Amino acid sequence: MIAIVDYGMGNLGSIHNMLQRLGIVGISTKDPDQIRDAEKIILPGVGSFDQAMKNLNDLNLTGILNEKVQKLKTPVLGICLGMQLMTKDSQEGSLPGLGWINANTMRFNFLSLGPVLKIPHMGWNTLKIKKNVALLADLPLNPRFYFVHSYHVVCNDPLDIAATTDYGYDFISVLQHDNIYAVQFHPEKSHQFGMQVLKNFAQRPC
Amino acid sequence: MLIPRIIPCLLLQGAGLVKTIKFKNEKYIGDPVNAIKIFNEKGADELIFLDIMASIENRKPDFALISQVAAECFMPVCYGGGIKEIDDAKRIFNSGIEKISLGSGAIEKPEFIRELVRIFGSQSIVACLDVKKNLLGNYEVVIHRARKKTGLEPWAAAKKMQDMGVGELLINSVDRDGTMSGYDLGLMQKITKNISIPVIACGGAGNLKHIAEVINEGGASSGAAGSLFVFHSKRRGVLINYPDREQIDSLFKRMEHA
Repeated sequence: MIAIVDYGMGNLGSIHNMLQRLGIVGISTKDPDQIRDAEKIILPGVGSFDQAMKNLNDLNLTGILNEKVQKLKTPVLGICLGMQLMTKDSQEGSLPGLGWINANTMRFNFLSLGPVLKIPHMGWNTLKIKKNVALLADLPLNPRFYFVHSYHVVCNDPLDIAATTDYGYDFISVLQHDNIYAVQFHPEKSHQFGMQVLKNFAQRPC
Repeated sequence: MLIPRIIPCLLLQGAGLVKTIKFKNEKYIGDPVNAIKIFNEKGADELIFLDIMASIENRKPDFALISQVAAECFMPVCYGGGIKEIDDAKRIFNSGIEKISLGSGAIEKPEFIRELVRIFGSQSIVACLDVKKNLLGNYEVVIHRARKKTGLEPWAAAKKMQDMGVGELLINSVDRDGTMSGYDLGLMQKITKNISIPVIACGGAGNLKHIAEVINEGGASSGAAGSLFVFHSKRRGVLINYPDREQIDSLFKRMEHA
């Protein structure tokens, strides 16, 4: 069973819709016991960094998530804000992040560039694959993914970078560190490309 | 790099999809869920789905239909029509829709828009401005399917929406709607110049070149179209269609080189 962490940030409906299409059992839950039983965990998220951390803390989910991911090495997939929460901190807020990845979250900064691009980065974009990870296996031809975000992750260890995407400059769109996977885009809204990503996470050894 | 979005804009009236000309002459197109399945199979970038009579008839959104639509769409979807309470928005988002659009509500109830932005975030709130030339030839924002004038200049209204925190604007030209004669580039330029949030242009697309134009010259971030994607010719025979990736890629490659 895959637990989709339901902590009041963003809609889980579209993740459910896609898992259902794939025939994969996913349960939205904020119950620590149910999360403890999960074989894999999806940490979604749309909204602001501090509100998300506050909700995780208030719901007493931080402890069980830390235990599952860091001690028990349960595979976890962060999506969008869920990816950013895995870092140490964010320019968007003042609360510490989960800190599972040696990384920070920063706002898009185009000051050094010529024409200023719109923030958020919203729409379809492509990946430059930096390392082979199970998550990105067997993607259909010319993959593209749907992004909506104003902040992005900056890794201190380049080995954690699985793919980058160009928006003004190359930012990290997929990361992987041991059992920890994260994508800045929305696989649940990225047609057959995102479907393959969710399928890989659910069905391959991660 | 970011790929410009090409967005089918579908109009719901009762239980069926319709396509209008200048917001009138509704022609029945077909079953909404069936059409949406086809756009999903064709890999459309995004969908806009508007219940055009909900506000006029003072009706709630059709939540059951919206859930059905969301379950078929593995792409972003924007829904508009009849959203009056925070709880309406919550139900729509919970079903798996990313964005909601407000038209007359955005003009008549600014406090409601601010509240939506505060709760759900800018990126999920779209303001839809319908624009029509009045008898003096001046552009004006109209509401309730162009039945009611507001006296607002579209660029001023657009700026106001941006200041209220909406994440995106859908600008619909009533005069070009269904004509397939090209977008109103002058109108789009004047609006996009004035604001920094992305604009989805709608009304007038008759071919893909028109979409490239409104992005290239009109300053829009995406081009939405109705007739282009539901008819197979100007004779308005119904055929749900969407360009394939090669067509779209070559369209925007040409833009880069222009």
